[in-house]
Amino acid sequence: MSTELKPDFCQTGNLTAGNRLQSIDVVSVQSTEDRANALTSGHRACQGCGEALGARMAIDKVMELSKNKVHVVNATGCLEVFTTPFPETSWNVPWLHSLFGNAPAVATGVQAALKAKGMEDVTVIAQGGDGSTVDIGFGCLSGMFERNDDVLYICYDNEAYMNTGVQRSGATPPTARTATTPLSGPHPGNNFGQGKNVPKIAMAHGIAYVATATIANVRDLEAKVAKAMSMKGARYLHIHVPCPLGWGSLPKDTIKLARLAVESGLYPLFEGEHGEITGVTKIRKKVPVDEYLKLQRRFVHLFKKGADTEDLAGVQAIADAHIKYYGLLDDGEK
Amino acid sequence: MAFTLPYAITLEVGSSLENKTGDWRTERPVYLDRLPPCNIECPAGENIQAWLGLTQEGKYQEAWEEILDNNPLPSVHGRVCYHPCEDGCNRKQMENPVSIHAIERFLGDQALKNNWVVSKQADTGKHVLVVGAGPGGLSAAYHLCKMGHKVTVVESKAAPGGMMRYGIPEYRLPRDILDAEVKRIEDMGVTFKYNTRIDNLAATMKADGYDAAFLAVGAHLARKLEMPSDDSVNITDAVTYLNDIEANDSKPQLGKKVAVYGGGNTAIDVARSALRLGAEEVTVIYRGPQDKMPAHLFEIEEALEEGIKIAALRTITEYKGGNIIVEVNEMDADQRPQATGKTETIAADAVVYALGQLVDSSLLSDCDGIVENDNVIEVGQQMMTGMDGVFAGGDMIPSARTVTTAVGHGKKAARYITAYLKGETYTPAEKHETASFDKLNTWYYEEENMRQQPVLDLDKRKSTFGEVLGDLDEANAKYEAIRCMSCGNCFECDNCYTVCPDNAIIKLGRGNRFQINYDYCKGCGMCVEECPCGSMLMEPEEL
Amino acid sequence: MLKQVEGSIAVAEAIALCRPDLVCAYPITPQTHIVEGLADMVRKGKIKSNCQYINVESEFAALSVCIGSSATGVRSYTATSSQGLLYMAEAVYNASGMRLPIVMTIGNRAIGGPINIWNDQSDSMALRDAGWIQIHAETNQEAGDLHIQAFKIAEQLSIPVMVCVDGFLLTHAYEQVEASTQEQVDEFLPPFKPMQALDCDDPMSIGAMVGPEAFMEVRALNVAHFDNALEPIQEISEEFEKIFGRKAGGLFEHYHSEEADTVVVSLGSVNGTVKDIIDEYRKEFVSIGSFKIGCYRPFPGKQILEQLKHAKRIIVVEKDYFAGVGGCLANDMKIAFRGSDAKIYSVIGGLGGRPIFKKSLMKILDRAMEDELEELSFIDLDRTLVEREQVREDQFMSNAG
Repeated sequence: MSTELKPDFCQTGNLTAGNRLQSIDVVSVQSTEDRANALTSGHRACQGCGEALGARMAIDKVMELSKNKVHVVNATGCLEVFTTPFPETSWNVPWLHSLFGNAPAVATGVQAALKAKGMEDVTVIAQGGDGSTVDIGFGCLSGMFERNDDVLYICYDNEAYMNTGVQRSGATPPTARTATTPLSGPHPGNNFGQGKNVPKIAMAHGIAYVATATIANVRDLEAKVAKAMSMKGARYLHIHVPCPLGWGSLPKDTIKLARLAVESGLYPLFEGEHGEITGVTKIRKKVPVDEYLKLQRRFVHLFKKGADTEDLAGVQAIADAHIKYYGLLDDGEK
Repeated sequence: MAFTLPYAITLEVGSSLENKTGDWRTERPVYLDRLPPCNIECPAGENIQAWLGLTQEGKYQEAWEEILDNNPLPSVHGRVCYHPCEDGCNRKQMENPVSIHAIERFLGDQALKNNWVVSKQADTGKHVLVVGAGPGGLSAAYHLCKMGHKVTVVESKAAPGGMMRYGIPEYRLPRDILDAEVKRIEDMGVTFKYNTRIDNLAATMKADGYDAAFLAVGAHLARKLEMPSDDSVNITDAVTYLNDIEANDSKPQLGKKVAVYGGGNTAIDVARSALRLGAEEVTVIYRGPQDKMPAHLFEIEEALEEGIKIAALRTITEYKGGNIIVEVNEMDADQRPQATGKTETIAADAVVYALGQLVDSSLLSDCDGIVENDNVIEVGQQMMTGMDGVFAGGDMIPSARTVTTAVGHGKKAARYITAYLKGETYTPAEKHETASFDKLNTWYYEEENMRQQPVLDLDKRKSTFGEVLGDLDEANAKYEAIRCMSCGNCFECDNCYTVCPDNAIIKLGRGNRFQINYDYCKGCGMCVEECPCGSMLMEPEEL
Repeated sequence: MLKQVEGSIAVAEAIALCRPDLVCAYPITPQTHIVEGLADMVRKGKIKSNCQYINVESEFAALSVCIGSSATGVRSYTATSSQGLLYMAEAVYNASGMRLPIVMTIGNRAIGGPINIWNDQSDSMALRDAGWIQIHAETNQEAGDLHIQAFKIAEQLSIPVMVCVDGFLLTHAYEQVEASTQEQVDEFLPPFKPMQALDCDDPMSIGAMVGPEAFMEVRALNVAHFDNALEPIQEISEEFEKIFGRKAGGLFEHYHSEEADTVVVSLGSVNGTVKDIIDEYRKEFVSIGSFKIGCYRPFPGKQILEQLKHAKRIIVVEKDYFAGVGGCLANDMKIAFRGSDAKIYSVIGGLGGRPIFKKSLMKILDRAMEDELEELSFIDLDRTLVEREQVREDQFMSNAG
């Protein structure tokens, strides 16, 4: 006998960016012909760059919702360098770059200027990589949060200083090899520190909206941009963007890695409002962290003969802790 | 450098389009169409994925027309085809296959309900004889007629359908469905002559001015078996029995206890028919083990549900005193049944032999050049027999003896005959490579079980010839179609367009798919990797 | 109308009349009274613009906010001193590199370590080559007036301007000041029309990366623009005088130095002390004058040489002293006067808030005029203390070694 029909079931449902069986209003902006292409072709990002993709996904959605009324402030980093090497720029938006550590403050200035001009309908975006966000620009970021300036800050997290040649940042995961956490000593790669969970730190500021997103789930990402855009004040979006160069992964695997980061529990997708977690995106098909780590040469030492199994277990423990803390699995699943 | 802007480090938006990053590439993505396994498996060569796609969009008539390009009998096939397509379906490796047959049946029934028709091509002035109104003959007649030929079908029985009528019981194929689909062919202009037997093909063709002929007389002769008997058990055969059920107003009665000898689908059909006609105890006797029975598993399961017994690993040796004496077999090391010498008895009023069927090729007796070998007719690459202009298909030629195979033969023969009539040779298009499961990125498909057709109450199944399997309603049929993964062929999920970090994929608008802009494509391969259905491929760049 | 006001308030009121759209600063002594005054005026709605006052977490953020607002096309202002200026140093260079016409007050103060909150000019000197125009105020009156000019200079040239105001000596001193009127300022200072700005109707990318293939050219262009600023600075000063009826700013100012054999050259408020000394010498018909440099960056070297080509000796009195360079102004003067017969003396004084007493300076000038002064000298340097500490350090090092 026929069982109940899922109303949104249509071949690939919401799992693909678009879907010819869905109304154009439901699919992602990315899947539509008239997306803004805020970041256009000809940029010099590496093959399979997750950051280039994440930036286009996020800003295109902002462009759609703001009807192209947007100013973007960009911190120094890969995204800035590969998009605006003189004399060419890949941006199709009013865009400003100042320094590595000041994007949030510059954005505050842009926003205040718009206020002074009575043009508060323009959306102000500040964006940067994990280095500028969690490390060098963190003071400015916290200040922007504390003042509750009407700025949406987007961090494209590729987990190290890629532009300078893959050095460790405050967002580099434990055991990862970088140029400054080499594979030597009893525990090769990055150390197990306390981590620096900027989304949670952002929430501690009590700001209107905080969310984590991934380029592997464009609909979720766009929904979060939309949610952020529906609010005023300081808002923070953290997007996980794999980096083939820095991670030692195949360019074609960028989306796959982003997906496995979520499915393993290492990169939890959640959102919060005014300091409280309001939602999580559940893991769909849980995988052990190995499946994610094995595709990246920065973790190759974890799988060599004689590798310290504690290191791998430690990474798995982080994933397990996320799953438990955020409730990433449906009830009854383990 | 000409500056339109005030200052050197202020740049014109979008100016990076000057920088053609395509020259970074060592491999290039390309779009391709792969052949989905459902299509590969379909004996009628239906473009299943195409009509499932149209069904997904609610375009039922277009979907039906797509079926009709290959198969004129979708309502029948949705009921009687053993759907090898579903065995091939890649979805089987996820949860379970798409219920293709149920959707085909839905579309076929929609056509009958709404009197949908297909158009045909201009009259060619040629006249083709089709011998036999079974699935092969009907298919050939339909396609030939559609191609503009005049077609006459000659059938020895009183009604069309061949084995669909005289072999398949009504609980699997209601006769009104069969009649309606045949009528649609008749309405296209095909002439049917029933109760007409051709004794001499060559003479008939000459006399009536046929330009070509297609032979599809089927296999209506039962294979016999000689056995010691004291005549205490009535012996008949499946062909006769099933024919009598259909052809005679008084239904044949075999007694309370009926045995069927054989393990194929026909044996099951006989057993279930006997039950419906009043037999209290029906036993299927098969020499091999039950799991090796050639009958389809679902048929066996339905039979068991209805109370049919199966005596596997038994060989009939004698009929004596109202009993069947069977010898017990055992499987040997080569997995072949071997007699043990032990015997058992099975009480029976009658036994029906379902041991296979033979072709009656007597109409060919005076035809020069036609070669019959091991009870089948030899045909060439173009399905033509050794006699010029005479083609053959269905059970008459070496192949699987199913309705769908015969329909496929009919279609192919029509193409070959048309080419023959024009003095040309028809060459089928080259087949695309297979869209095997490993070509898919199944992450993107939601898991969802097959919609099940409703089943008639068991009580009614045991006592009437009411159709066992019911319809999927529109919502369920469409839902089920949506489970199709479109293996190997772009269904415009927009993933490639979305995941390209270089905006190097151009979306051409819904229905028009995509194009790669090689000026900017760096060849990262993400589009190919994230294509759910395997309709993209990386190729080495020619350097 | 004359008012007795604190220097900081004179500055704040002048800025307010310029209708700034954004004021953003971080507290540091001795600049604080200026921004406190502005904060108050913004809250009370006394500024005739929709001025935004932003409190931030650091000077780096303060100037960064101004970078953002200026690039969005609004008149932007900040103020800092000392460590604050150094902390924002990266942004200082960035603002000029992007040619954003920000105006910043430097409440001049010593830079540490050792930490010291009192006046000298080593902070603005430390960033003298950051691509900002630097103009120095002698009095509270001029401090206010220079800010009005600063916005005009900055916006006309798309180059940021630092207005250097001696900490405490001016910022915290009460003097009589003639207040400007809104009408005067409006007549003098047109609304800000940015050379480049973020604009949804005319989008552009501001702040591109420039690689080796064009960086030299971009830098050369930037410096060329900078060097061309001297003439407009002078013109704006003259225009100011026409509208406001008083002199302020400009490249330099003579005080009996047009024909004097000996000329004292200085920056900022110390010129007041020097002028008093000149008056005393002049009573005795000594051929000495004072030459105040109003615009320190770009450095009007050629103009100064032309103005002082008659001088036999030039005594540069300044309140900064750097390892390597010594006195920055003296160094600039030596470069400007290379090939000239004039003798250039470098006199360092007033570091870390040390008062410059007339008597002490006159002693130095006397020696100079007797041609007995060393090339480098210090006003009231306690040599005994220096030597005693040197001995102590030497002993410590030899014990440790």
